[in-house]
Amino acid sequence: MNRDLRGKVAIVGVGQAGLGKADGFTEMEILAQAARVAVDDAGLRMGDIDGLTTASVLAPMWAMPVIEYLGLDPTFIDSTMLGGSSFVAHMMPAIQALVSGQCSAVLVCYGSTQRTSPISRSVIASVRRDFDPQPYEYPYEPLNPLSTYAMAAARHMHEYGTTRENLADVVVAARSWATLNPDALRRTPLTRAEVLAAPMISDPLSTFDCCMVNDGAAAYVMVRADRARDLPHAPVHVLGTATRVHGRQGSSLPSLTETAAVESGRAAFAMAGLSPSEIDVAELYDAFSINTILFLEDLGFCPKGEGGRFVADGAIAPGGSLPVNTNGGGLSCIHPGMYGAFITVEAVRQLRGTCGERQVAGAEVALVHGNGGTLSSQSTAILGTWATV
Amino acid sequence: MEQGPEAQYFSFLARGNHRIQRCDACGEAVFYPRLYCPKCGGGLSWITPVGTGVVYSATTVRRKPEQGGDYSIALVDLTEGARLMTRIVDIPSEDVRIGMPVRFAGVGPDTRTVLYRPEA
Repeated sequence: MNRDLRGKVAIVGVGQAGLGKADGFTEMEILAQAARVAVDDAGLRMGDIDGLTTASVLAPMWAMPVIEYLGLDPTFIDSTMLGGSSFVAHMMPAIQALVSGQCSAVLVCYGSTQRTSPISRSVIASVRRDFDPQPYEYPYEPLNPLSTYAMAAARHMHEYGTTRENLADVVVAARSWATLNPDALRRTPLTRAEVLAAPMISDPLSTFDCCMVNDGAAAYVMVRADRARDLPHAPVHVLGTATRVHGRQGSSLPSLTETAAVESGRAAFAMAGLSPSEIDVAELYDAFSINTILFLEDLGFCPKGEGGRFVADGAIAPGGSLPVNTNGGGLSCIHPGMYGAFITVEAVRQLRGTCGERQVAGAEVALVHGNGGTLSSQSTAILGTWATV
Repeated sequence: MEQGPEAQYFSFLARGNHRIQRCDACGEAVFYPRLYCPKCGGGLSWITPVGTGVVYSATTVRRKPEQGGDYSIALVDLTEGARLMTRIVDIPSEDVRIGMPVRFAGVGPDTRTVLYRPEA
């Protein structure tokens, strides 16, 4: 399955900007800053970029203003919008465009100022009701996306005996990583007892079980592997990637405890020719604490139902058996609406060995898993150093 | 004027009736209403569900008392097999349990929702 594309493309530049609060700057401006950092990091100039992938939470025609603002003239464009997983999902079409020769350097970029935006989230939600209707869910007023993840957590507890303590262990592990990351926005050490004492928002998820709402932009640059060798940083190769979608609404998904990550993960591992035991570091899209548990299971790091027990005793925290969400995750590092590009940036930095205090020693293979909507879209990518190709 | 399945569904609700669909070809119970069966592509006919089901999952949305207080959101697996979002009424939201048998309790006052209550 796509085995001939294994390792043929590498990520050669990464950038972030406007992390936290981008006061005074627009979404496009922080996107442009992150894009510029990523292109500089790749040792390229913006004029070398002839492929673009991007998506916006708000603007359905987003690729065009991005092309206009950055002054691009791309021969490859993809603006597929699958929610937060989009910027992992964009990898495969970018790989195909690069390998086919349609383009030679792809910029993947995203920016959001949802924290400081003058448009309130309630206004956005209200507009979305009309423009993006879900008439079989909206009238019940689920506090979505949270309520659907809450029902996934409740169902997981019912089926497998997962506990609030297990969820708290995910939150504490993310925070422990964040204390080692100077870019993380929540760095105060946190205990399990503090997490368990937090007020519920949509049972069984409390304030600490939810990701942050921040500003932020992230970007990365991909080129063919042969060209990557001549650029400044050690290339990070895409060994395998796949995307699957089971639907949009939680009420229409076949299961809330087993996601399409089962299939995206299986396909990505098959393309990479690797197994979960060979992953050195995993970046799993943790919009909510239950996500980490679901994806550990669905991607094969532990059997279905064992995720809660897997995260106990600091197994995914610094010093644990599987480093997970080493930047602090959406729970403690940053979450500007759609987070897929940020986990990709963190994985690349881990494989470059530039993560300072939070560096996973000797990391050669990283797994990035993006999630979008309400457990609706799932995109997996397995990245590796040159030695793993 | 001919109406699509969505308008037909809400017309049923406006008259206090709940309907789901069944596939003419494979027999699959389908919710929400569509033109073709999402499983096999077959045509769909309206059926009146027997009214019973089981809670697949549930949550209590916390809301300040002055804004109306906490409320229940649940997913119910109907006896026919389809799953839908609903609110469980007649008991405190915290008492809703996964696996609890429930019964159709009528259409909500907004005529956009269907409500379920614990089976007596």
